[in-house]
Amino acid sequence: MSAQRKTGIAKSQDNLWTFHGGIKLPGHKDMSTQKPISRMPPSDRYIIPLSQQMGADGEILVSVGDSVLKGQMLAAPHGLVSAAVHTPVSGKVAAIEPHRFPHPSGLPGTCIVIDNDHRDQWVERAPIADDYPNISSHDLRNLIRDAGIVGLGGATFPAAVKQTEVGIDTLLLNGVECEPYISCDDMLMRERADGIIKGAKIIAHIIRAKKCVIAIEDNKPQAIDAVTDAVNRDGADDIGVQTVPTIYPSGGERQLIKVITGKEVPVNGLPSDIHVLCHNVATAYAIYKAIYEAEPLISRIVTVTGRGVNLPQNLEVDIGTSIHDCIEYCGGYRNDARALIMGGPMMGLTLDTDELPVIKATNCLLVTAGIDISLPESEIHMPCIRCGKCVEVCPANLLPQQLYWFAGKKDYDRALEYNLFDCIECGCCVYVCPSRIPLVQYYRHAKSDIWEQERERKKSDIARQRHEARLERLEKQKQEREARLKKKREALAKNKKGRDKELDKKKALIAEALARVNEKKSKQKTPAKNTDNLTPEQQQKIREVDARRASKKQHES
Amino acid sequence: MLFSKANAPYLTSSSDVQSMMLKVVYALVPGSIAMFWFFGWGVLFNLVIAISVCLASEALMLKLRQRPIAPALGDGSALVTACLLALALPPLAPWWLTTIASLFAIVVAKHLYGGLGFNPFNPAMVGYVVVMISFPREMTFWTAPMGVADGWPGFIDTVSLVFGGTAPDGQSIDTITMATPIDTLKAQINLEHDIEYVRAHRVYGELFGTVTGVGWEWINGLYLAGGIWLVKQGVVDKRLPLAFIITLVLISNFFAVVDYSSYSSALFHTLSGGTMLAAFFIITDPVSASTTPRGRIIYAAGIAALTYIIRTWGGYPDGIAFAVLLMNMAVPLLDHYTRPRTYGAPDNGA
Repeated sequence: MSAQRKTGIAKSQDNLWTFHGGIKLPGHKDMSTQKPISRMPPSDRYIIPLSQQMGADGEILVSVGDSVLKGQMLAAPHGLVSAAVHTPVSGKVAAIEPHRFPHPSGLPGTCIVIDNDHRDQWVERAPIADDYPNISSHDLRNLIRDAGIVGLGGATFPAAVKQTEVGIDTLLLNGVECEPYISCDDMLMRERADGIIKGAKIIAHIIRAKKCVIAIEDNKPQAIDAVTDAVNRDGADDIGVQTVPTIYPSGGERQLIKVITGKEVPVNGLPSDIHVLCHNVATAYAIYKAIYEAEPLISRIVTVTGRGVNLPQNLEVDIGTSIHDCIEYCGGYRNDARALIMGGPMMGLTLDTDELPVIKATNCLLVTAGIDISLPESEIHMPCIRCGKCVEVCPANLLPQQLYWFAGKKDYDRALEYNLFDCIECGCCVYVCPSRIPLVQYYRHAKSDIWEQERERKKSDIARQRHEARLERLEKQKQEREARLKKKREALAKNKKGRDKELDKKKALIAEALARVNEKKSKQKTPAKNTDNLTPEQQQKIREVDARRASKKQHES
Repeated sequence: MLFSKANAPYLTSSSDVQSMMLKVVYALVPGSIAMFWFFGWGVLFNLVIAISVCLASEALMLKLRQRPIAPALGDGSALVTACLLALALPPLAPWWLTTIASLFAIVVAKHLYGGLGFNPFNPAMVGYVVVMISFPREMTFWTAPMGVADGWPGFIDTVSLVFGGTAPDGQSIDTITMATPIDTLKAQINLEHDIEYVRAHRVYGELFGTVTGVGWEWINGLYLAGGIWLVKQGVVDKRLPLAFIITLVLISNFFAVVDYSSYSSALFHTLSGGTMLAAFFIITDPVSASTTPRGRIIYAAGIAALTYIIRTWGGYPDGIAFAVLLMNMAVPLLDHYTRPRTYGAPDNGA
């Protein structure tokens, strides 16, 4: 294969690195790559969830009854990590209501429902096209943000947020697509490689990358050829195509970075810490569409595949189209269809119904049939026999069976010590486990428990801080009051002293005056009373009267 | 249309516990046939008794512990324990000896510790050590290998020896049994005889083939072949047998070079007694072994070193069982200190 390929700028596989572990999986990709990408015909109604990205929901810009044009923004990004959503057709806002959409919780979220008027009228567009080098990184990032572009490899992290222009030398485009069955990136690379290269150059311009590497798994020779040709046509000498061995999960961001650069993204760090930015090829293509055609992210390539669907193929689908319609377009379900998975068989999400919209994260709709893909029947599994196969395959080089042990016992301190949060939930450990233990479920459970505890702890921290602040405040108030009172008392005491002095002075004066009066009195003769100088008869009379009074008193009592 | 819900991943490999255990049993077949060829009916009786007692006690313990019997009995783990025990015991071991060892392995070493996956010690080796310590005389009931002296007793004689404990007319059990080469060498070296003397001896010399004991070369060779198949099948982590054999070779070679007259060669050690059975089938018991890659290397190397020490200077004929149990004890420590470096973690930290 590589012998036939024009290797002009492609590096050989020799200077690649490896990551620990990983597994070889049957690809099943041919199933959906027999036909070219076909355009899914427009629907009458689109359901567009606000929550299609990691981060906050957008702010709704329209109200029910509004007429909208194709590509019009329905909700604007709200906060740093958020993304806009747009209508893929012109028409009317029929409703803004909660609706179920593909999400692990299965819970409904706010959706904007658009009725298609089938006029296909675009909102006014001003493509920048080849002028982008004259535009600042900041403005380009805003354009990408307003175009609602998120990582289309599955993580749906808003693309503009990680496009920092500080300290990045390598732009890594991820065309690995390592999960079985999925072929949307493969087909995109085969058919639209020129757009991907243009998108890559826009990103490289924004982040001032010195070079760009496009990594593709060696099971996609046609994609490798197409992208290599496109690079040659473009003539850029700082873009290279690198084939990587087909090992799951080499498409994981951290694993791919290791394979290409030999460096590891630090624990709790970001790729930018080692001067790398990684984007999916489909994300680069979406950025190309946003800049060259002023087309926001209103459609994506979806692989409809699996033994349970009649005509497996890749579709270009407008965001918000019903999954049911997509399956119908691909010939409908076969009789033995059993499960519907959004994404791949290793990390995908089973959907219990197809009455859900296609969202930005919908890379694949996999319909299983019979037992081609096993769905565990019950929660009962064999005990762990410590065989260590999980250790051999873990791409994060963790000890999965120890983590299982700690997660099962809810010993979260030990689980954290064993780096639980470095688990990327790729499912390799479950794949090889001879006891069929749903290890990833244990880890997810433990992670959400720890998050919950963390939230609770933060909440109680806040409550405690508030309580402490209140106590402190009260204490302060008390002290202030006391200080005030003390001051007052001191002031009062001071005043009293002053008053006492005055009083003493007054008392002294009074005493002096009294002394003077007494002195005078003693000098003067005692004044005469009216009983003095009475005659004996008068005295006798008084005595008689007194006696009478006394007897009367006696009588009365 | 409504669909079933499940949790990712939805793909699993074909290997499960049962198929792993059965592969271990298959891999034991060539070596067991060689054992049978050289040591006779007793080997077969050991297998039958050990398998019956192990499976019955496994079922009984599951019932007592109120666990579903069929899936656990079908996982093959008790079968593997029984086979390893049977192949480790001397061929003329009385039936009660095999029964006690089997009961101890399953009831005490496995189920009292919580059953499959929870036993810190290798059940087969616990069973072996219990009877080794309790019944040292019966543990020497090895027959002479095929082609040495009169070879092993016939079917009827073996039945009466194993089940009745009586030797055929005109013979005592001590005339039928014969010490193993490792044991013989140790005894003779303790008597200040050198290896050349022993090999040239009129009686003892007969026990020795080209490299090691008669028959043992074949038995170990076939266990090795079965073991290599197990490694290829992905049932056994190659680190364990490699580290075990390499360590044993290095140590025995060192002493043999220092004093070839008193210390057997590396080849003798690797192809004698239970070396290959241990390397690929016993120390590879996943439950009681270390689980980290580096831990496994240290674990296997430790067993090899202890095996050599006990074989050479210890009081017991073959030290593998003790070596395994001693290293079983070290497993939690090994697992703790040999954690691999997580992706993206600094070099010094785990």
